[in-house]
Amino acid sequence: MEKKLPDVIKDLKEKYPRIEVSEQTITLSAEDLLPVMQELKENYGFNYLSNLTAADYPAEKKGKGDDNEAEDNGEMEVIYNLTSINENCFLTVKTRVSRKEPELPSVFPVWGGANWQEREVYDLFGIVFTGHPNLKRILLTDNFEGYPLRKDYQWVGGRK
Amino acid sequence: MEVTNDKGMPMPSELKRLVHFASLEKVLNVARAHSIWPLGFGLACCAIEALMGTNGPRYDLSRFGYEVMRPTPRQADVMVVAGTITHKSAPFVLRLWEQMAEPKWCIAVGSCAISGGPFVDSYFVVPGARELIPVDVYVPGCPPRPDAVIDGFLKLRAKILDPKVVEL
Repeated sequence: MEKKLPDVIKDLKEKYPRIEVSEQTITLSAEDLLPVMQELKENYGFNYLSNLTAADYPAEKKGKGDDNEAEDNGEMEVIYNLTSINENCFLTVKTRVSRKEPELPSVFPVWGGANWQEREVYDLFGIVFTGHPNLKRILLTDNFEGYPLRKDYQWVGGRK
Repeated sequence: MEVTNDKGMPMPSELKRLVHFASLEKVLNVARAHSIWPLGFGLACCAIEALMGTNGPRYDLSRFGYEVMRPTPRQADVMVVAGTITHKSAPFVLRLWEQMAEPKWCIAVGSCAISGGPFVDSYFVVPGARELIPVDVYVPGCPPRPDAVIDGFLKLRAKILDPKVVEL
């Protein structure tokens, strides 16, 4: 990669006008995810996916009546932290999925290391990564019910 | 002075000093109590204190004869449950315990092994080792100091020598 990070981001914005960019972050939609990631790896030297995580943003409750509806309506954000080992620079890529149908293409074909990280996000947030070779729970047991890092996850018990 | 045995028969004086009578179980318990072999098995941070710190040269559990860490449960006498038991690790904790040969004992080290500790309200933590296996000695602390772990071993020694010490 000959270009510095601001130029990379500028380049990408020209190629993919739909993405939102800021100093070190790119925010994009699910359909742009794979092409942009592939491009970042092949043309810009981001050869290492250092972290993949998610965050839950349920819609705010308007009144007492619409509890369930509000919880379903929010969004979840999936965050990719990319590293270029050769150039020693870092880039954050964010994308959002709806809480009702949390589905996103897997970046496993781009970085093999996404395998377990996507399983962890699936395990704790319930986001389905299509095209993942082995999408099953990784930290919790297979018969566990619910996705505990979602904001609306309720659990009572433990103490005896 | 003539030395006699407890029935009043004369006997050589060295014999009085060297020969003692006891039930076999009691003799075995003396041997067991002074060479408890722990299973080399740790679940979380307490294992650093209870197994490594206590076994290291500074606290030197070997002084008491308990330093032979066994890598297989079939040769171990005591399971030191040191750390948080999650629902995922519960099956193999139980399995290791069942693979240990009798007589066997269990020491629960630290808040997590006693009751789930600070993680008791978590969705994936077993509230204490006693949910799975019978515990002989509890060593409180988060984590307990190696001195406390040694004291736990000595408490276990007292219990093995005389099981009545734990009766209320």
